[in-house]
Amino acid sequence: MSGPTSSAEPVRGDWWGTDAVSVGYGKVPALDRVTFRVVPGQVSVVVGGDGAGRTTLLRCLAGALSASQGEIRRPAASQIGYLPAGSGTYPDLTVAENLAFRAAVYGVRGAGRSAEYLERAGLGAARDRPAGQLSGGMRQKLGVIAAMLHQPALLVLDEPTTGVDPVSRVELWSLIARAAAEGAAVAASTSYLDEAQRASRVLALDGGRELAAGTPEQIVAAIPGTVWVMDARPAGDEARRAWRRNARWRVWVPATPDGPATADGPADRGEPVQPDLQDAVTIASLARELATAGDRR
Amino acid sequence: MSGVLAECAGVTRTFGRFVAVDRVDLRLHSGEVVGLLGANGAGKTTLLRMLLGLLPVSAGEVRLFGEPPSRGTRRRIGYVPQSLGLYDDLTAAENLDFSAAVFGGDTSRGRPAALDPFGGILVGALPLGVQRRVAFTEALAHRPDLLILDEPTSGVDPLARARLWETIGDAAAAGAGVLVTTHYMDEAGECSRLVIMAGGRVVARGTAAEITGDHQVTVVETDDWARAFGALEAVGLVAALAGRALRVPGAHADDVRRALGGIEARVSLAPGTLEERFFQLTSTSATEAVG
Repeated sequence: MSGPTSSAEPVRGDWWGTDAVSVGYGKVPALDRVTFRVVPGQVSVVVGGDGAGRTTLLRCLAGALSASQGEIRRPAASQIGYLPAGSGTYPDLTVAENLAFRAAVYGVRGAGRSAEYLERAGLGAARDRPAGQLSGGMRQKLGVIAAMLHQPALLVLDEPTTGVDPVSRVELWSLIARAAAEGAAVAASTSYLDEAQRASRVLALDGGRELAAGTPEQIVAAIPGTVWVMDARPAGDEARRAWRRNARWRVWVPATPDGPATADGPADRGEPVQPDLQDAVTIASLARELATAGDRR
Repeated sequence: MSGVLAECAGVTRTFGRFVAVDRVDLRLHSGEVVGLLGANGAGKTTLLRMLLGLLPVSAGEVRLFGEPPSRGTRRRIGYVPQSLGLYDDLTAAENLDFSAAVFGGDTSRGRPAALDPFGGILVGALPLGVQRRVAFTEALAHRPDLLILDEPTSGVDPLARARLWETIGDAAAAGAGVLVTTHYMDEAGECSRLVIMAGGRVVARGTAAEITGDHQVTVVETDDWARAFGALEAVGLVAALAGRALRVPGAHADDVRRALGGIEARVSLAPGTLEERFFQLTSTSATEAVG
């Protein structure tokens, strides 16, 4: 389902990531033949809801989990920076102690970089506060700078912005962009599609399987059909391909097998709309759901 | 006044010397979906807790259905807290039965068939998405006049989110008033109007379009984005990476050009997003409250 190659494909340097990786916990496949590329100097994002397999995939990349099948390419452990979902900081240590501990573990010399990162993250004034007393956004910023402190080749961030307010999210993405600017290959997960829209590459997961992959533009271009917007909830068969967005209704009209999508909209008319990444991922979920329902019949 | 379900007049809450909510005015009408946005610590949850009657006000007045919050008014409210508020060691069906007994509602009405396979499973063992649907079903079972939702869609995939909003929209269409907090800016479009809080105060209110207004953001396009990024950062400008372009909310184009110095770049203005406007409102003008 991944789109054609484009200029976003790496032309130099290495890539890290997974190639057709499967992981099973007991009988349940947590990941099913998932391929994910992370390129130095770029931010690659994996999206999906709770239980989609994002954490499993990122744990594979970070070296915390091995694959039952497929290939994982990652640098040496000392070249990986990992922020697990939740926090990745020690609540009883102060902000400065958290960073000093990281620096000691990874052999980062001098306190210069810690001090600089603290300032950039806006945590300078909080350096002597226990991490457990920080607000959610501040704690996540501490987690991100702790993970990038040793300037790893591969930076793996599991939900750095979940539950974080929009202001802290902007600041967090600024820190993350800085890591990419310094040359790191960044892999991050999120449930915010607007964040994914700004990434170089996106992988959407659902139930451990790939829903869509590519640059955001490729994923949108690969929507099989057209999207229409209407004021009222459509009826009949169209209701199954409709979803609510911005207090109106969007309907996916699939392309016909023998040609492009019909130029006509849904039965009730409506206006065609230029879809975005959120529409594309919604449609991919709908298509999978409809296919599963079809199989059951 | 008829149609006003909830009203806050000059509501203030202090904890010691800390002012968590500062003179907030808010009105919620029947059939309306009001989105309450704000940074962590802006006072949203404290305000919701006062509306629910879980926390007394330090000053000002809260009125629900024309009277002060009480156990009687609580019966007319459906509430989904961030933590969902379910009992982990009861099954999904037991949770719904318990809530129905408390609220005196019908025990089986409005229970979606999609929850049937999970009814006998302990809530703690259910996937988060299913838990969320149980919490929604529970909050809606007694047909509340007022629905209060604290970040109902956090961690939910887009299709499931669209369906939760469908449920919320149906409740509003049936006459309920909805007050909802969210961190997803794209969900602002689901709300009839927005109230933005910062530092305990209301800093903006209106529709998403009214709040965004003609706000513009400075955009930097350059082949050398990494260097440009460093140059902006060096003078304290927060830049967001959008593909290979940089968006610099809250910064004047001239300041951006100056910061870039000799770096070859195209600096232009583009219509700002609600998120960027929000960033500007809550990070720079948090002290100017609006009426």
